[in-house]
Amino acid sequence: MTSWFDHTINGLIIGNIYALLAVGLALIFGVSRLINFAHGSVYVVGAYVGWVAVSVLETPFPVTLLIVVAFTGLLGIVIERFGIRPLADAPRIAPLLATIGLSFVLDQTVQILFSPDPRAVPMQVPNWRINIGGGSIGVLDLLIGGIGITAATALFAFLKLTKWGWAVRATALDRDAARAMGVDVDQVNRIVFAIASALGGVGGVLVGMYYNVITPTMGFEATLKGIVSEVVGGVGNVPGAIVGSLLLGLVESYGVALLGTSYRNLFAFVLLIAILVLRPNGLFASRRQLPPEPMTGTFVAPSKPVNLPVPLVAAAAAVAIALPLLIDSGYLIQTLTNAWLYALLGLSLTLVAGTSGQVSLGHAALLAIGGYTSALLASNLGWPVWLTLLIGGFAAAGIGTLLVSPAFRLRGHYVSIATLGIGEIVALVILNWESVTRGPIGVAGIPPLSLFGYDLYDTNAIYWFAFALMALLALLQLRLLSSHLGRTLRAVRDDDIAARSFGIGLNRYKGLAFAFGGFFAGISGAFTAHMYSFINHETFNTQISVLALTIAILGGMGNVGGAILGAVALIGLPEIFRVAAEYRILLYGIALLLLVRFRPQGLLGTV
Amino acid sequence: MNALVPNPALDAPHPLLEARGLVRRFGGLTAVGGIDLSISEGELLSVIGPNGAGKTTAFNLISGLDRPDEGSIRFNGIDITGKPPEAVHAAGLSRTFQHGRVFANLSVADNVLVGAHRRLRAVRPPWPVIGPLAELALALIRPPSVKAEEAALREEVREILSIFGERLLPRIDQPAYSLSYANRRRVEIARALASRPKLLLLDEPTAGMNQTETAEMLEIIADLKARGQTILLIEHKLDMVMRLSDRVIVLDDGKKIAEGAPLAVRNDPAVIEAYLGHGGVGAAAAAGPASGDSVRLLA
Amino acid sequence: MTDKTENPILELEAIDTFYGPVQAHFGLSLHVGKGEIVCLLGGNASGKSTTMKVILGLVKPAAGDVRIDGISTLKLKTPEIVRLGVGTVPEARRLFGAMSVRENLLMGAFTRNDKDGIAADLERVLTLFPRVGQRLGQQAGTLSGGEQQMVAMARALMGRPRIVIMDEPTMGLSPLWVDRVLELIRDINGQGVAVFMVEQNASLALQIAHRGYVLQTGRIALEGKAADLLVDTRIRDAYLGGAEAA
Repeated sequence: MTSWFDHTINGLIIGNIYALLAVGLALIFGVSRLINFAHGSVYVVGAYVGWVAVSVLETPFPVTLLIVVAFTGLLGIVIERFGIRPLADAPRIAPLLATIGLSFVLDQTVQILFSPDPRAVPMQVPNWRINIGGGSIGVLDLLIGGIGITAATALFAFLKLTKWGWAVRATALDRDAARAMGVDVDQVNRIVFAIASALGGVGGVLVGMYYNVITPTMGFEATLKGIVSEVVGGVGNVPGAIVGSLLLGLVESYGVALLGTSYRNLFAFVLLIAILVLRPNGLFASRRQLPPEPMTGTFVAPSKPVNLPVPLVAAAAAVAIALPLLIDSGYLIQTLTNAWLYALLGLSLTLVAGTSGQVSLGHAALLAIGGYTSALLASNLGWPVWLTLLIGGFAAAGIGTLLVSPAFRLRGHYVSIATLGIGEIVALVILNWESVTRGPIGVAGIPPLSLFGYDLYDTNAIYWFAFALMALLALLQLRLLSSHLGRTLRAVRDDDIAARSFGIGLNRYKGLAFAFGGFFAGISGAFTAHMYSFINHETFNTQISVLALTIAILGGMGNVGGAILGAVALIGLPEIFRVAAEYRILLYGIALLLLVRFRPQGLLGTV
Repeated sequence: MNALVPNPALDAPHPLLEARGLVRRFGGLTAVGGIDLSISEGELLSVIGPNGAGKTTAFNLISGLDRPDEGSIRFNGIDITGKPPEAVHAAGLSRTFQHGRVFANLSVADNVLVGAHRRLRAVRPPWPVIGPLAELALALIRPPSVKAEEAALREEVREILSIFGERLLPRIDQPAYSLSYANRRRVEIARALASRPKLLLLDEPTAGMNQTETAEMLEIIADLKARGQTILLIEHKLDMVMRLSDRVIVLDDGKKIAEGAPLAVRNDPAVIEAYLGHGGVGAAAAAGPASGDSVRLLA
Repeated sequence: MTDKTENPILELEAIDTFYGPVQAHFGLSLHVGKGEIVCLLGGNASGKSTTMKVILGLVKPAAGDVRIDGISTLKLKTPEIVRLGVGTVPEARRLFGAMSVRENLLMGAFTRNDKDGIAADLERVLTLFPRVGQRLGQQAGTLSGGEQQMVAMARALMGRPRIVIMDEPTMGLSPLWVDRVLELIRDINGQGVAVFMVEQNASLALQIAHRGYVLQTGRIALEGKAADLLVDTRIRDAYLGGAEAA
């Protein structure tokens, strides 16, 4: 058994790597008021550039480090110039969505270039260890610590002693005033992205050496850990981010020592939610202050929604119903069934994120709650599937709303981070609660869909069932939107302060939106579980949450017809053109980027 | 502070709104430094003072958008100190905002209907979980009573908008983001009126309006007052303040420097000094009519 | 008119400005001569602050032209406009609160690269504002409102401007500080720097200004010599909203 000393050293080293990420996130947030979800992807790129340098070019360690710094620093400049700057005048959530799109593009590019298989990064320093008390410190530990301290000192000196360092701080404090002093804030952004990305890249190569393994998918977790550290230290607070990182590293390390490796992330996300709810300005915020205002503002581009003529909608529905009779292609019918299920998810998210303005990044968790509830009730207790489907919907509505309710007091980007964290917590609970969820093995042999006592095996029958459910719930959502609740939710989205000043309690209406939307998502997840007869904790992952958001944006936020159209376009088309899986995610990333930039109102316009 | 005239609010047994010793600090700055303020039913009280004097901060403290560091506020018989805005609104207070916080993507009609939110029958049950679910059920099922209520409210919205003549009625279905600045201010006032408030807070209702529009707004506010509406008004256009107010409070540098009848306040040396500057516009004007050959009137 | 206005340091010519669908300026024209103090009067939401943003290039007008010393700034970015000699005292001062007073002052010289010149100007500015000199190491956000206003003005001078534009320099200050600030504006002008100030407090501004404009809903309603405006009854009609105020 390793000693507490070792756990402490391990925690500090991991914390050091988190700090390399979190400091960059804090700098970027400071000057751009943006939570950069592409940050972990830069770290992945850093790790792979490091791998190429060490394994292919066989460079010595200092040269490897220099190559990584140069490459990722340049990448940061490119990201800022083409991904972020064009969105300077867009709603605050737009650049955040763009960085999510960028992260998909970067991760998938790395995966396509280097294959999804893990790779080992040869350690370039001798593997000596110094024994102290009951534990030991390795040369690499010291090196990582040294690099962390050096980077922090250099950054501090830059910010405190140089003209551009002042410009960075001044821009973070008051962007408009800095511009009035003649500061080129584009240049400041460029500098900050370069520094942040270079630090992230160094983090990537160091973690590769520390764990001796890198994968193209490790970026997302790194982003999340960086964000958790940043939130703990106070968003945008650079020294706070360092302390937050070390704290997170220690908490995780001790937590793992107590409960086991699979609990590592649970600790991180529970810490995240606790801080967001209890001290949204971070551990070190002293004065009572208003939260940074610029982060509010929803992703709703003013536009006139396209009014679809009723005959056209009726004709499209008729075609959709008649399709299995007209076309003899089980594959196409299955694909469209899938599209109807995603449309349900899209309807759910377009209500929550579009109509109510709460940009949720954890929507897949609602699918998971619905899916697991229905699957377990049907397989363990033998309840009829039509009933468990309904219960799955209600469970997602109830549990989902309850879980997300602590985040109702948050605004803007904080909502997105919190929902993301809550989504991760749900996935981790499913993974760790083996007695109920069967843990990583998943639930297999889920009873098939049934209706009125008849099991549905036929592809066409399942298709019609899915379509009927989706159409029915879409009509229900239209009815909701035309009631007083429609305008109330939209008022909360447009200006929550003004809404509250007219007696609209945010908890009540955000709760209603999540409950109504949660029901849809729960039904969709439950349907999926019975259709595939197998689910596990990875069936409903964060990529699905982001895909759902892309569907909602593509259709037009808040737009019911748009959500259905978006689902058909994003699920149906790649399937019909048989795009390979890894290119499909690349495609989703590019779609999100292009949409945010060129058509934020989506295909059918926001409502 | 100059007590220039008997304060009607102090004579009334229970003023509708009574704020005592309000203090709000931001960093090294004291935006509001111990303000007392009270208003009786049916009264129109104006708060004037230069920009940065703390008027809007005081409004935010009263309406629950911000919490005072010190002091207490009673409204309509209950203590609303530090209460959230929805609670203050529930007690009967509605406000407009200085920069026009309309719901940009909602139509004019929907903006005003949001003002009537608290009056909806469906909204009333306050119980947790059951209340919202009942509200959802009523919204989806929409029984005849709910339909009738909505129809009556829509009719009322037209009535409210008609006080602005043809300014808003032809635009009733247009989204608020397409409106002019002045029209947004009007929508805000209509929204506040739809809630039938006991106390109406107006934060510079004529900012950004030209002379004709300002005169129009003056008539509308005078009319509201004649109908018995209690109004707390922040305004810069002194003429308007003089004509409308029962009483005026003057703030400067976060403190109340004068209070009393409009004319008395207008001639108070401390007010002239702080608000109108040394010598003051009035004093300068008293020196004689414009010689101003080199002054060109362009408007 | 005096020869001061023949080669204006600042000219706005027939500008139209929009925020989304809302128009803020309607063919607005004005100018400031070299070494002049000119004030722009107007109520809230009359378009004053937008005028400041247009001069600094933070908002670009849809039509018309803006010139600094004859050079059109429509195609220039803000740093380039600042380098032409435009100093700013923003509305509500907008100091960098968590930075020291000294760092704030040096931010005012951001567009300059002459180290010795900057050091000399720091000395010069501190003799003009001795109070600021005593607070160099303090965080700017902890100063009182009046002290912050001094720092904001000192900061504007650090860029060696030929014109300083000020957005409501007396806002939120006690009467005592208002007098001091006005004195200092005169002093700044005495050093040959033109001043363009947006003010709500008409008579205060007109006492130290050479000329004034009255802005109403995005249009110039009145313009003239300060002395004439000061006694013009129409200024109340246009600006304070009626004649009965007296």
